Amino acid sequence: MITQGTFSMLPELTDDAIEAQLRYAIGEGWAISIELTDDPHPRNTFWELWGLPMFDVGDAGVALAEVLACRKEFPHHYVKVNAFDARKGRETIALSFIVQRPEAEPGFRLERQHGPGRTNRYTVHAYAAEQPHGQRYR
Amino acid sequence: MSVMATDTVNGDTDRWSAGVLPYKEMGYWRPDYEPSATDIIAAFRITPQPGVDPEEAGAAVAGESSTATWTVVWTDRLTDHARYQGKCFRVDPVPGNPEQWIARIAYDLDLFEEGSIANMTSSIIGNVFGFKALKALRLEDLRIPVAYVKTFDGPPHGIVAEREMLDKYGRPLIGCTVKPKLGLSARNYGRVVYEGLRGGLDFTKDDENINSQPFMRWRERFLYCMEAVRRAEARTGEIKGHYMNVTAATMEDMYERAEFAKELGSNIVMMDLTVGYTAMTSMSKWARRNGVLLHLHRAGHGTFTRQKNHGVSFRVIAKWCRLLGVDHLHAGTVVGKLEGDPHMIAGYYAVLRDDVIPENPANGIYFEQHWASMPGVMPVASGGIHAGQTHQLLHYLGEDTILQFGGGTIGHPMGIAAGAEANRVAVEACIKARNEGKDVLVEGEEILRMAGRHSPALLAALDTWGSVTFDYESTDTPDVVATPS
Repeated sequence: MITQGTFSMLPELTDDAIEAQLRYAIGEGWAISIELTDDPHPRNTFWELWGLPMFDVGDAGVALAEVLACRKEFPHHYVKVNAFDARKGRETIALSFIVQRPEAEPGFRLERQHGPGRTNRYTVHAYAAEQPHGQRYR
Repeated sequence: MSVMATDTVNGDTDRWSAGVLPYKEMGYWRPDYEPSATDIIAAFRITPQPGVDPEEAGAAVAGESSTATWTVVWTDRLTDHARYQGKCFRVDPVPGNPEQWIARIAYDLDLFEEGSIANMTSSIIGNVFGFKALKALRLEDLRIPVAYVKTFDGPPHGIVAEREMLDKYGRPLIGCTVKPKLGLSARNYGRVVYEGLRGGLDFTKDDENINSQPFMRWRERFLYCMEAVRRAEARTGEIKGHYMNVTAATMEDMYERAEFAKELGSNIVMMDLTVGYTAMTSMSKWARRNGVLLHLHRAGHGTFTRQKNHGVSFRVIAKWCRLLGVDHLHAGTVVGKLEGDPHMIAGYYAVLRDDVIPENPANGIYFEQHWASMPGVMPVASGGIHAGQTHQLLHYLGEDTILQFGGGTIGHPMGIAAGAEANRVAVEACIKARNEGKDVLVEGEEILRMAGRHSPALLAALDTWGSVTFDYESTDTPDVVATPS
């Protein structure tokens, strides 16, 4: 089980719990972005966007409905919520948490390429990524 | 007889006659002076010897930290001397302490070399701290003008870039110092790193005095730690790091170790404050060039920051370190085993993280400070903290911090990974509850107990350490106590 995101070591968030986090983020004035992927590599920075970030959404219920719609269309993908804080001095993600993960997560293989002086070059390889996009996690 | 108590030696009051004049009469006491926007301003806590008047003592500090020597020199007249003189423009009594005064001194920007903390410290805390006419002297704060701030590179990455690099947002980062800090072989040391990281930590850390001793040479440690970091990344799908301590006897050794850490793929290296301002600045530039985070352990600072009457306040050290450029700096825990008054620590955290810091005597901040968008330094809370204090840590220290639980991870009764899990679950649970609108300081214990229902590891941590506190009086406290409005 991958532990990326702010709440990955807690039990899966319920829809109510997700809405509570969305309410907090919106209350802080943050934009809500829903993103999905079937490549959970820790350095896969750019997950696919589910539409543009919601900058002016006033209602956490509306944002939650988008989360649910994304999950419905991509039931076997990882889905996360990113909240962006545009204030000076931050201007980056302020909160990021997974709201859906595949039923089974086969994890990662660690490959070592031996180098001189007993050094290794390491590669972290997602087992799921051996299949093409769209055919993973089912 | 004290030279400062003497009006003149020759009975001649001319400013330029050979002999000794009080500092006040040499231009170092300037109550009418309005500091300019580009002056560096210092607040010194002075304890004059008996019979020395505080204005003369303040003028003496201004003189000895700028152009003065003990006697009049005619060569001053070859310069635009008034510009180079430190100017003491204000001396205030310290409430409740009749022996002490706060002297404010302004220095012209031309007194300081661009981008050099070594030069700045040689002036402001150079000879003057041994000056006989003072019983004690403490540098409390510095106002660094933007004009001087802009001559420094600042943190190689800063808080925002670090979070993006690590892909970790919305919660404090969680770390652990490997224990025992001395004696483990490299292989056994790497085991602790792996267990901690796979259990849920973001970082593990070399301790300050782990460099390259007979029981474990640095190269072996780096190899096993990198294996542990990568194994934990594969296990969790999450970016991890281990602060590789590159502190060494020479700069060449430090570069060699840092280069090796980089070659191995480490995202972070660390150094100790003991290496000195110039070595730290050199490492900062190296870290910026190589895209490697730079952690600073403040080893040794207590020798000069802790006593309230003499030395240098940690808030000044924090400003120097932000200027010379580190990504992490230990800045206190409030609740742990090491010195730290909550108000003073709030001040240090502000100095490291905020862009504009208002004057705030209750937090020991003497001057408004503008950083002109210089990135913030991630403050590190380390020393005697455990999962049962998470709600207090979050309340006092906020979200942009690294909570380092050493013994509080490795001493867990179910093992290191369980200790790591307990800390991570505690942090996530407190953040979640705070975002849901709960008052974590008030409801913290209940929040943690509830989270423990899903995490036997957290429950065991609470049962083991829940009641451990370190309630000792702080030695370094603000002079002014904020009264609740």
